[in-house]
Amino acid sequence: MMMSIMERLFRKRNDTASVAKERLQIVLAHERAGRTAPDFLPLLQKELLSVVAKYLEVEDEMIKITLEKAGEVSVLEINVELDKARIKKSLPIAEKPVDTKKAAVGIL
Amino acid sequence: MSKVITITSGKGGVGKTTTSAAFATGLAQRGNKTVVIDFDVGLRNLDLIMGVERRVVFDFINVINGDANLNQALIKDKRVDNLYIFPTSQTRDKDALSKEGVARVINELRDNFDYIICDSPAGIEHGALTALYHADAAIIVTNPEVSSVRDSDRILGMLASKSRRAEENEAPVDEYLLLTRYSPERVERGEMLSIEDVQEILSVPLIGVIPESEAVLKASNTGMPVILDTESTAGIAYGDAVARFLGEQREMRFLKAQKKSLLRTLFGKA
Repeated sequence: MMMSIMERLFRKRNDTASVAKERLQIVLAHERAGRTAPDFLPLLQKELLSVVAKYLEVEDEMIKITLEKAGEVSVLEINVELDKARIKKSLPIAEKPVDTKKAAVGIL
Repeated sequence: MSKVITITSGKGGVGKTTTSAAFATGLAQRGNKTVVIDFDVGLRNLDLIMGVERRVVFDFINVINGDANLNQALIKDKRVDNLYIFPTSQTRDKDALSKEGVARVINELRDNFDYIICDSPAGIEHGALTALYHADAAIIVTNPEVSSVRDSDRILGMLASKSRRAEENEAPVDEYLLLTRYSPERVERGEMLSIEDVQEILSVPLIGVIPESEAVLKASNTGMPVILDTESTAGIAYGDAVARFLGEQREMRFLKAQKKSLLRTLFGKA
């Protein structure tokens, strides 16, 4: 008897529903963004990576591209993580026209 | 004006067929000529839920292929006037639903019925996309549970991009949320997402809340749409949802946990 009253008074509410809600909000925000993203984004990401890769040794996951809408304004955000990147020993010559096809193939 | 209503969810087992049967029956009871179509080719179950499994002769695929006409395939319900069941094939695969064939059949049904209820298969593949393609309205059946809510969101995305209305730049599909298997007791204990939680996440207008009810299984056992069980909370809640769909104002019911007496609460006798 006593136990029941004590339990009711002191038990912390076992609120798993709020955890569920929070997890859903996070995962859906991510999935919705992916759904509305224009088709060119993956290609843009690859090409940008190929340019960056001429100067730095980078991995696929070190470059992140997001397109976000805040009201009327769309923002294209490009993040390249440089901390782990190493500068390439043989830098390309700037004057030389860039062969992007070759660079892209190199990355792929 | 004829209206196509797709009952969909993404996730399986949340109550699409139960809802299709209930909605079609409810609309017919209110004097609307209604047909309910099973789009779950290969896994047909609407016939069982509607209790007409022994009357199936021709099906959706036969009509699409021109082996039978609509009148031969439609099964008239014996309990409710104006209600027809259009079963699908049990043996064929889902790719048997050709886009042109389905469009032709839907258009023929539009000439003859007020409401065409499409019972979608689970998933987001050909069958489900075919079922939602012609929708004028969609009822998203959702359980208050993470995987169901996520899949519903996915289906909402499909309705906005892959429906005929989206493709042809018409007014978007009218979307309604139907929460099923809702348990107010568990919501009060913080164990289940509340109506407000699910609505906040999906932001789709709520057409009804069907409480968890033993009547649903009992109704399916006997092949009777649960809406005809007017003693049950689920049956009444489906009746309310149909009324709201037709524009009536009705309060949501069965949202409060059954109150226990103070003494029982204090002394822990459940």
